Amino acid sequence: MPTPNRLGSTAPESIFRSQEGLGVWEHKGKVAAVGIGHSPTARRWDGTAENTIGAWCLMALRKAIDDAGVPPEEIDGLVFLPTTTTGAHWPADRPIPMDIVNAYETTDDPLDGIAKLTDTWLLKNMPELTNVKFVMAGMDCMSNAIAIAAQAVGDGMANNCLVLKAWHNLEGRYSHGGANAEETISGNQKWSNPYGSANSWGTAQQFQRYLWKYGKTKEMMTPFMVNSRRNGLMFPEGYWYQHRPEELTEEDYLESRWIAKPANLFDNDIPIHTAAAYLITTAERAKDMKQKPAYILNHAADRTIQRGLNQTLEEAQRSCASTGRKLLEGAGISASDLSFENMYDGFSLFHVFHMEGLGFAGVKEGEGLDLYQEDISIEGPHPVSPSGGNVGSGRTRFWMHTDSIQQIQGRAGDRQIRIPAEIGVSGGPLPLYHSDWIVWGASPD
Amino acid sequence: MPKQSPVPDELDQPFWDACNEERLVIQNCVSCDRLQHPPEAECFGCGSGNELEWREMSGRGRIHSYGVVYDNTVALRIPDQPFNLAVIELEEDPEITLVSNLPGVPLDEVEIGAAVTVIFEETPATGQKIPEWQVVE
Repeated sequence: MPTPNRLGSTAPESIFRSQEGLGVWEHKGKVAAVGIGHSPTARRWDGTAENTIGAWCLMALRKAIDDAGVPPEEIDGLVFLPTTTTGAHWPADRPIPMDIVNAYETTDDPLDGIAKLTDTWLLKNMPELTNVKFVMAGMDCMSNAIAIAAQAVGDGMANNCLVLKAWHNLEGRYSHGGANAEETISGNQKWSNPYGSANSWGTAQQFQRYLWKYGKTKEMMTPFMVNSRRNGLMFPEGYWYQHRPEELTEEDYLESRWIAKPANLFDNDIPIHTAAAYLITTAERAKDMKQKPAYILNHAADRTIQRGLNQTLEEAQRSCASTGRKLLEGAGISASDLSFENMYDGFSLFHVFHMEGLGFAGVKEGEGLDLYQEDISIEGPHPVSPSGGNVGSGRTRFWMHTDSIQQIQGRAGDRQIRIPAEIGVSGGPLPLYHSDWIVWGASPD
Repeated sequence: MPKQSPVPDELDQPFWDACNEERLVIQNCVSCDRLQHPPEAECFGCGSGNELEWREMSGRGRIHSYGVVYDNTVALRIPDQPFNLAVIELEEDPEITLVSNLPGVPLDEVEIGAAVTVIFEETPATGQKIPEWQVVE
């Protein structure tokens, strides 16, 4: 595997389609996702060997292989994300439970498989994968891993490539210790920490300006939030479905406590412990697998960097508009071809920026909240976030991909959109920064 | 109320020294005449690494946007919750932004677009001063 960059990724930037004007993706419709595998979900790791994040990765990978119906020895690629933290890091003074570590094949790092991942740990613990030749580490999100795998399979570097993303969550509140508990502050945080901080504040201030700029109200978010939880409660793989099958009412949302007004508790996704994997293969090979192919029509990336200390609304909007143009251009489609959108939603308040940038259902900048007041359900003409996203199933940044594949395959169960699921889009995480996006199609053309 | 004291490093020492003199300086690239903040070793615009200077600002700006923080993660700021936390855009280049608690502005009574002027506030741990912003009456 190549040497990781400072962010832990071994993927060269040349893999990603981060520029506008590249034309239709050269592998449009020649690559597909077929198999899906999920571990269970939990609020936090329970401290047992069978529920380490590594164990759940093995479970998710094996389920994806089985779901696709591919013999393990035919798997020749693996793309994974070394980082598994939701924000919770293993405390320096906490003893590492070696009995749990030694329940698996180990590497030099005892936290491997507990609070991080390496390809070495994964492959040592999956001896049935005897033919993996292509291994690459992505950055942060499943979106990034899918983009890498799509390009790698298209380029012929792998034929049957697994992609994996896992999130571990430990006891305690994160972000409250370490540098945040000190009287002095170094590094990049020195520019903002003295004034206070909340993780959702950056998005909250963008949304506040959005409300001011377009004359909208926070209450206009409510239908999106209620709809997203509703969709989440129809997602058997998700956290709220499995552990807290509670509807979110208008009152629940509007009366929730503030975190960083206008972001309240429900606008912040809940950190969970879980893993998911997909099998990405060639369109040709996919024809013989157990599930219908969800063709990849394009992948696009956003690598824009903000100018100032804080990403502004206008920078986010420019970024989202550019992402939308790249996605549509590379897939050779227009926004009106989209059956559904599964753009990222954690934090919920920026989903509208993504949706407007894409031009979903014809919305332009400043019109997204108006669309929320119409029928955005899975029964309607313009299903918004049929996955329910992080709002509906917990913080993973991958529900939107699972749902998109399932929608295209026609096996989204109760969440299946009522209009034909021909073309959809999913991805994330943020406007700007390091985001990746996928266009899915029921047909390769 | 107490705020964390920023610890200067080699790159940004001039910024913090200027704050202690109650002056606001921002890094500027002479080559492409472009401000950038936070400071970097190279210009983000043209990549030049040896034509960066520190340019003194007027100290005038506007409130770009804000949020009201109720559940913050910095221990020293917890006793002050909830508090205003605003984005300030500089008069010289509105895309260059800093943050402020807007001293004197009642909670959640923030006017986006309002004119502000810089002041400097001493932080207790080291005495380092930091920029703050007051609404111009």
